[in-house]
Amino acid sequence: MADHTNTNILRFVRIKKVIEETPTIRTIVFEDEYSIASMRGQFLMVWIPQIEELPMSVGIESVEGRKFAGVTVRKYGLGSTALYHKQEGEYIGIRGPYGNYFSIPENLTNALLIGGGTGLVPLVRLFSDLLHERIQTSLIIGAKTRVEVLFEHTVQKLLADNNLNDNNVAFSTDDGTYGSKGSTVDLAESILVSKRFEIMYTCGPELMMKGVQKLGERFSIPVEASIERYMKCAIGICGSCCINDKLVCQDGTIFDSNSLRKLTEFGVSYRDKTGRSSYFTSQI
Amino acid sequence: MDLEIESNMLNLEIAGISLRNPAILASGFLGISQAIFERIFDEGAGAVVSKSISRYPMEGYRNPTVVVLENKSYINAVGLSNPGHESFYEEIRTNDKVPLLVSLVGSDPSDFEVMTRKLDKSRIIGFEINLSCPHVQKLGMEVGDDPQMVKSIVKATKSNTTKPVFVKVGVGSANLLDISEAAINAGADGITAINTIRAMKISIDNFNPILSNKIGGLSGTSIKPIAIRCVYELSKKFGVPIIGCGGVSDWEDAVEFMIAGATSFQLGTAIGFDGMSVFNSINSGILKYLEKKGYQSVKELIGRSHKY
Repeated sequence: MADHTNTNILRFVRIKKVIEETPTIRTIVFEDEYSIASMRGQFLMVWIPQIEELPMSVGIESVEGRKFAGVTVRKYGLGSTALYHKQEGEYIGIRGPYGNYFSIPENLTNALLIGGGTGLVPLVRLFSDLLHERIQTSLIIGAKTRVEVLFEHTVQKLLADNNLNDNNVAFSTDDGTYGSKGSTVDLAESILVSKRFEIMYTCGPELMMKGVQKLGERFSIPVEASIERYMKCAIGICGSCCINDKLVCQDGTIFDSNSLRKLTEFGVSYRDKTGRSSYFTSQI
Repeated sequence: MDLEIESNMLNLEIAGISLRNPAILASGFLGISQAIFERIFDEGAGAVVSKSISRYPMEGYRNPTVVVLENKSYINAVGLSNPGHESFYEEIRTNDKVPLLVSLVGSDPSDFEVMTRKLDKSRIIGFEINLSCPHVQKLGMEVGDDPQMVKSIVKATKSNTTKPVFVKVGVGSANLLDISEAAINAGADGITAINTIRAMKISIDNFNPILSNKIGGLSGTSIKPIAIRCVYELSKKFGVPIIGCGGVSDWEDAVEFMIAGATSFQLGTAIGFDGMSVFNSINSGILKYLEKKGYQSVKELIGRSHKY
């Protein structure tokens, strides 16, 4: 008999609902008590039978007044596209949750969150937790273009539920079709010159997060960033996800300023499927 | 670092190599990055074996590549992903402190010749030939089940290095003792036993084999009694050192391997359950056991079961 309390063992879950987030992003909603009990920033390994197993940040979705777990996926490669096309009633396998989570320091009074693309998934959970703790929170949502802006309505609802107005959220798009034109880092910088924040949290493309780290150094603000690396086992044995001497699956995925400073590969290089180092080239 | 693990009581020699303790990281685990090798060494490992390195880079299989089972065991079919011997040579160029054994995998003697010639220039303590990966065609066990091929590969490796060469054997279709004999006659300095064992996990929910390669290799507690038997038989029959491997998850397992005849032991799966600190805790446990038994050295354990 399988030990159903061991979260490393694959569990089969039925898809309750599929939410169309943008033309290329969907959220796959399912029931799973361990995922609902997960912390902001933790991830699951999601098995798309016969196709792939992918690390995915765990989101929480409310459906008909009940809490469900969700993973938000952008169709991109073979595995993510197969997951994107999964429909209500179909099954996927999951294990986890894995990894550490965004910390909320004691006596924190305000925070700035900077997210790009599907990096918004853990940040929206964090955003919700921070609002719940009555911490003044600003959120920057970055996307390539207007139709790819993720979670705008979710965030507006969270603000309304907490009697807050939309001033707490700002948008940037690469092509300027929504919010300010340019990168989230430029937008964050323009905010930081006139307002002091106690912490910044970031998740998204690595060069964007590297930009946030640099802002943190410049303005002397602690940063927490969620790092992504090619992952296989998620349990700290295969070594695929290493960055310097850390394993992203076990030591991360979230690293604070002190750790980031020591991670000389952060924003510089990553290992491909063979384990060879490749360098980040494309600017975001 | 915990001083306990620096005890002289844990020092030993294996095929001319001095190790500070007998706990070695098994090949296939965590082994592609110099920074990680250093961390494992700092966590207390006596030596580290790299992931199996091939002549050219290999991407390995698509996920799922690892399935977790209930009883401290895994089935994996990673597919020997590795950066290839030239990139790996660059990776370990800065190594100046980790006692590193490079695991090699290939399909014919020329692969081993080329890789050994290059990697012999690195600061490593030796090689381990992987003749027993159970899930990749034309590599590992498919080569390791042929005694003539085993001889040729060991000779090709030995003729390009003066460092010790260990051969890692597994439970395949050929007799483990015959393959080991072929390796030892060809000059192998020691045998690592055993590799993972061909195995499967099938979902009863959707009837799918879970691994993308369908078949993988079983590691962990499930295979320990088989590994103990292999170490016992090998060490009784041959005079070369045997490195025990397969299901070491605590100090008691480690001690059992040494009593069965292993000169040292490797572990990997246990890291998934207890993290890298498992090296330190196993060494501490062995030390306490030695003290309780009144022994002066871990070497006194090797093969103690043979007289019964």
